[in-house]
Amino acid sequence: MKVLLSGNEAIARGAYEYGCVFASAYPGTPSTEILENVQHYKEITCQWSPNEKVATEVAIGASFAGARALCAMKHVGVNVAADPLMTLTYIGVKGGFVLVSADDPGMHSSQNEQDNRNYAKFAKIPVLEPSDSQEAKDFVGKAFEISERFDTPVILRMTTRTSHGKGLVEIGDRVEVDVKGFERDFSKYVALPMNARKRRVVVAEREKKLKDFAEETDLNVIEDGKGNVGFITCGISYVHLKEVLPDAPVLKIGMPYPLPIKKIKEFVSRFEKVIVVEELDPFIEEQIKAEGIKVYGKEYFPEIGEFSPEIVRNALVKAGVLKEENKVKAEDKAIPRPPVFCPGCPHLGIFYALKKAKAKIVTGDIGCYTLAAIKPFEMMDTCVCMGASIGNAIGMEKALGSGKGIAAVIGDSTFIHSGLTGLVEAVYNKSTVTIVISDNSITAMTGGQPDARTGWNCEGEPTGKMDFELVARAIGVEHVYVVDPTKMDETYKIVKRELEADHLSLIISQGPCVLYPQKVKREKFYTELENCTACAMCSKIGCQAIYRTMEKTEKGRFKWNIDTTLCTGCGLCIQMCKFDAIRPISRKGE
Amino acid sequence: MNKMESKNILLIGVGGQGIVLASEIMSEFFKRQGYDVKKSEVHGMAQRGGIVSSHVRIGKKVYSPMIEKGKADIMLSFEKMEALRWLYYVKPDGIIVSSNVKMVPPIVSTGAFEYPEDVEDRILKERPDAKILDIVSALKELGNDKVTNVIMIGALSTMFDFEPEKWLEVIKEAVPKKVVDVNIKAFNKGRELMKN
Ligand code: SF4
Ligand code: SF4
Repeated sequence: MKVLLSGNEAIARGAYEYGCVFASAYPGTPSTEILENVQHYKEITCQWSPNEKVATEVAIGASFAGARALCAMKHVGVNVAADPLMTLTYIGVKGGFVLVSADDPGMHSSQNEQDNRNYAKFAKIPVLEPSDSQEAKDFVGKAFEISERFDTPVILRMTTRTSHGKGLVEIGDRVEVDVKGFERDFSKYVALPMNARKRRVVVAEREKKLKDFAEETDLNVIEDGKGNVGFITCGISYVHLKEVLPDAPVLKIGMPYPLPIKKIKEFVSRFEKVIVVEELDPFIEEQIKAEGIKVYGKEYFPEIGEFSPEIVRNALVKAGVLKEENKVKAEDKAIPRPPVFCPGCPHLGIFYALKKAKAKIVTGDIGCYTLAAIKPFEMMDTCVCMGASIGNAIGMEKALGSGKGIAAVIGDSTFIHSGLTGLVEAVYNKSTVTIVISDNSITAMTGGQPDARTGWNCEGEPTGKMDFELVARAIGVEHVYVVDPTKMDETYKIVKRELEADHLSLIISQGPCVLYPQKVKREKFYTELENCTACAMCSKIGCQAIYRTMEKTEKGRFKWNIDTTLCTGCGLCIQMCKFDAIRPISRKGE
Repeated sequence: MNKMESKNILLIGVGGQGIVLASEIMSEFFKRQGYDVKKSEVHGMAQRGGIVSSHVRIGKKVYSPMIEKGKADIMLSFEKMEALRWLYYVKPDGIIVSSNVKMVPPIVSTGAFEYPEDVEDRILKERPDAKILDIVSALKELGNDKVTNVIMIGALSTMFDFEPEKWLEVIKEAVPKKVVDVNIKAFNKGRELMKN
């Protein structure tokens, strides 16, 4: 039976069909839906981990115990997981181990566009890259097989398009693979220098075997075609190329590392010219060139950004393979529509307080609250990676000589992911900055996955709820305050006082996300337009439900109104209005 | 339209308008009629009031999930300013259908931009054959402001020779039970609006 699946759904299906028994992940676009879908298969135990390093470590443990295990993360998550990965490559596996890296060319929702195929070469392990959903499913099975046959972790590399794009997939039944159990093997599983030196040699031998395997596997296939120019391509680039040039002779690489060099030599010898078509880095191209084989690639294709059919077409025009067509001009005739905070978002109140208290520097982090960096708040000055806000704030303080007016803002999930150690650093190295955890008790940005602060797990079972206040006190933070960001005056007073204080403080700002885990239900507010004096104070809190009307006051200024379909009733705006114009909806018609 | 002819359908709108569901329904429908289908959209920041676009591609064999710029056969825009923004994506002889719904981006409140008043005129000036549907009135009449997506599917259905019943089969399965009736009405409304 064929069903329409996204690449991420197909990976989950693959995990099911190919006998995976354990899966872990930390949410991150574009990888999040993998675990969300694995969750539907009761044969697979799955869990959200506090970060990608832990997710990888638990999956490694499952593999050591002889189970097929998969962990999934976005590309930058692999940086966090790199530590265990770079030694797992020496140790090898017992049950098949697959790490899914979902890269984000074009940076649709990421801070960089690193090409994680490079990790495979770095770690000396195979990487498989599917070009559509059917292959995404099939390659999970191949990856498990390769992992077990060659005693190696395997990376399955997706990109935003292959992860989120949908296509028809032939689905099948699950094949159970026994959990083999753990067997002590000191020389393999304990990476002491004396063992690791021996394993290093094993890795080199394994790489040789994988190179031979690359020559024979059907992951790398030649598709005959017309013309005297041949193409070597991989992943999403393959489908764009076939779209633009359906009859192209192609060597389609399903395993970009290690490459089938003999096969490539033979393929190249058939054509006048061979062009490598690959998104982001010249990963395949450089490996081929290093073998002294003449191919073309990045002369025509960009190294930056996501590919699309028109980018491939334009490059082929540049290469002289295609004739120029009329180019379409994409001039923007409309005004921008940047993303904004949800109406009544709990982050609004805390950023308004920081703004009003005139925080000098706000180091930021990764989550919905990164939106505070743009209009209307413009209250976030840095954003590097998960958890960086705290360390960045401390460094600023050390360089500038004072922590006064410096705040770090981080969400609950990001704090658990990588902020805890930053907090330890702050206490240990006598920082005096103000750290704010904007705590909505959910991972909102990626669509509302539970975290250690939520109170239930991936399977929906109740579980422990991390207490930030207790944690902070145990670490040694003396000044810890819990605030409700919808109480404006109180929040402002504490923020102001702590920004000016000579000590380290932690402000935990607690309020529910309006979307997750379910839409909040609170009484809405409306504006009695007659009372509105057009002072525009309510518009300062950055709520998108509040808009400027075309109605003017006698002085000719525009009045402001609330879109009651959007309002979620947080009650911030009413605290801004001095003229009794904003009221709870129950007072309407009084 | 002939069976199995390749078509590129572009859906455009704003987060929360039900674009992804519309493209799911279409994809499932064409799959059942024997087509190969690929579709793609970019999630992420879009769910916070940003632009949402979905590419649906059908044919005997489809490779790329993305429509090439300037090669959409059909554009269905759920918001009129977005129609203007994406006009260039449509083939010169492509079909353009836009809702007359106006969704003002919150950024307008900052005073940095104004929502252009003459959007519809500008669409028609560039593409005189564009169809602007009065979805504002249709939603009022139907008493449900969440059915733009199924009205649009109704509009799309008039461009193919399949029985309306076949479309409704998929729609009925895809929407929650308690709103099946209003969605059937929305589908028929979409067909009716295209006739005018
Ligand atoms: S109460 Fe005011 S600030 Fe809060 S969501 Fe409603 S309109 Fe926005
Ligand atoms: S999803 Fe939740 S946390 Fe994110 S902007 Fe909306 S209300 Fe705020």
